[in-house]
Amino acid sequence: MKNVILRSSFLYMLLAVLMVTLVFSQIASAQEGDPVAGKQLFNSNCAACHRVNQKLVGPALAGVTQRRTKEWLQKWIRNSSDLINSGDAQAKAIFEEFNKVPMTPFPLLSDADIDNILAYVEAPPPAPVVDTSVASTTAAPAEGSQNINQIVLAALVIVLLLLTVMLVLVRQILSKIAKANGIEITPTGRKPIWKAFAENQFLVLVTVVFLLLSSAYFAYGYLMQVGVDQGYQPIQPIHYSHKIHAGANQIDCNYCHSSARVSKTSGIPSLNVCMNCHKSIAEYKGETTAEYSKAFYDGEIQKLYKAVGWDPEVQQYSGETQPVEWVRIHNLPDFVYFNHAQHVTVGGVACQTCHGPVQEMEIMSQFSPLTMGWCINCHRQTEVKMDNNLYYEKIHEALSKKYGLEKPTVAEMGGLECAKCHY
Amino acid sequence: MKAFKNILAGLAVAMVLFSCQDKQKPNYQFFPNMYAPVGYEAYGKSDAFANGMEAQLPVPGTINRDFVPYDYPNTPEGYAAARDSLKSPLEKNEVNLEKGKALFTIYCAVCHGDKGDGKGILVQNEKFLGVPDYSTRPITEGSIFHVITYGLNMMGSHASQLSSNERWEVTQYVEKLRADLMP
Repeated sequence: MKNVILRSSFLYMLLAVLMVTLVFSQIASAQEGDPVAGKQLFNSNCAACHRVNQKLVGPALAGVTQRRTKEWLQKWIRNSSDLINSGDAQAKAIFEEFNKVPMTPFPLLSDADIDNILAYVEAPPPAPVVDTSVASTTAAPAEGSQNINQIVLAALVIVLLLLTVMLVLVRQILSKIAKANGIEITPTGRKPIWKAFAENQFLVLVTVVFLLLSSAYFAYGYLMQVGVDQGYQPIQPIHYSHKIHAGANQIDCNYCHSSARVSKTSGIPSLNVCMNCHKSIAEYKGETTAEYSKAFYDGEIQKLYKAVGWDPEVQQYSGETQPVEWVRIHNLPDFVYFNHAQHVTVGGVACQTCHGPVQEMEIMSQFSPLTMGWCINCHRQTEVKMDNNLYYEKIHEALSKKYGLEKPTVAEMGGLECAKCHY
Repeated sequence: MKAFKNILAGLAVAMVLFSCQDKQKPNYQFFPNMYAPVGYEAYGKSDAFANGMEAQLPVPGTINRDFVPYDYPNTPEGYAAARDSLKSPLEKNEVNLEKGKALFTIYCAVCHGDKGDGKGILVQNEKFLGVPDYSTRPITEGSIFHVITYGLNMMGSHASQLSSNERWEVTQYVEKLRADLMP
């Protein structure tokens, strides 16, 4: 009996020691929760609805450990519905405040994980590093070399002009001095050069032909660009940078221009598509330059919020919308039929083939001339994709036989027929 | 001196001519008789409507072609109901899976990652956070379709970009990705 008591008291002591160490270790881990590991957990689990300093789907989390006890938070994070159903007043209040949207339960997060997350939430988030100088210097070289070229050319032109002017002036001064000194410049026996030129009929003929041809060349070039808007780069009501969206963020063109896959027009994305991302992205955090600063980009996002009627403070739509008057850049005349779906989905033509390196354009501009010659040229050169197209297998085979080619081009498929595009 | 003035005048004329090339204005057109449409064009201005633009919202109650009614409401209860009882009308085959993959790459991969592990390019750049790994969520084909249709938390609705059929194709591909991610 004594032995048993002894053993049991020993067991109790062992248990007690274990408990104490457990509690201590918990307290220790609570104090030493790792904010770095916490950031990772926060970003992958919580950030869909929470920000540290901003109200989103759920409340801002800064200072949450002062507002709630750790046990409460652990219960809430693992399963908030249970806590609400248990009749906890705080839990009920917060559930009501956020429109009764239940929080996703995270039963798999360990105590240590939750400590890490809370440590990250309570650690003051590092101030954003604003390093415009580096950004602007890295962006400069490409534009800089072009600028330097232009400056050098302009300087050369000015120097040449000055030299000619100086020559004329020197000649005038010299003749004045000669006059003043009473020296008469006797013309030499040679004819003036223009007279000699005028008397040489062959030279005159060659010059006239040359002048006619060159003026015809320039006149032709001038007339051919009438009505061609290549390089047209209007100012849009909201500065939308394709360079950031399609370049840095690699968002597929079709994400926003979703009707290009299925319809005639490529589609100007309606603002709800913008809000798919900009509901949570209210400020720009990427590279900036002197011209396009963070403040500038943030202002443009605010323009979007105003147009779509989104109030970022309360995270709700006000219902007051303002249509955005985008300026159309690519515009074919009414007598031409062009279908995006046919080129994008059927032909598999990359957007950049016609629209150029859009992912590098800060301001969108028209890359291609969109003339008929340009269309025809592409139709003549582009081979039709015939692989794995069982539906048209027979006609493709017949066409290949007719033209004696492995792969007929669009032109041979009838892509040069007038009525394909004009009707 | 007179020659000098002539040169200056010539330069001025040249400068005026070149400065007319304004990139912010469309080029002038020669007899644009059939260039501008008589009817209204997509996204154009039009007097035919009260607010002066062609782009109009459909009349309430409009049903477009290929429309499939979707009765589950955009509420937590609707989500639970879709998760438990909604089933895909599509046959599970390679063709649908390929289409779903192409659409997934366009519409989902930028956040959810090509493998569905929640590590898309926007997440890597910390532009968009809180994108879960598909394998860590108890999702079914019904709930996937429901979320693409209505969005969830910070994810927006993609119903305007994807038709009902296309959403089912994406759903099928998401299910495959989730199965591949499962340990």
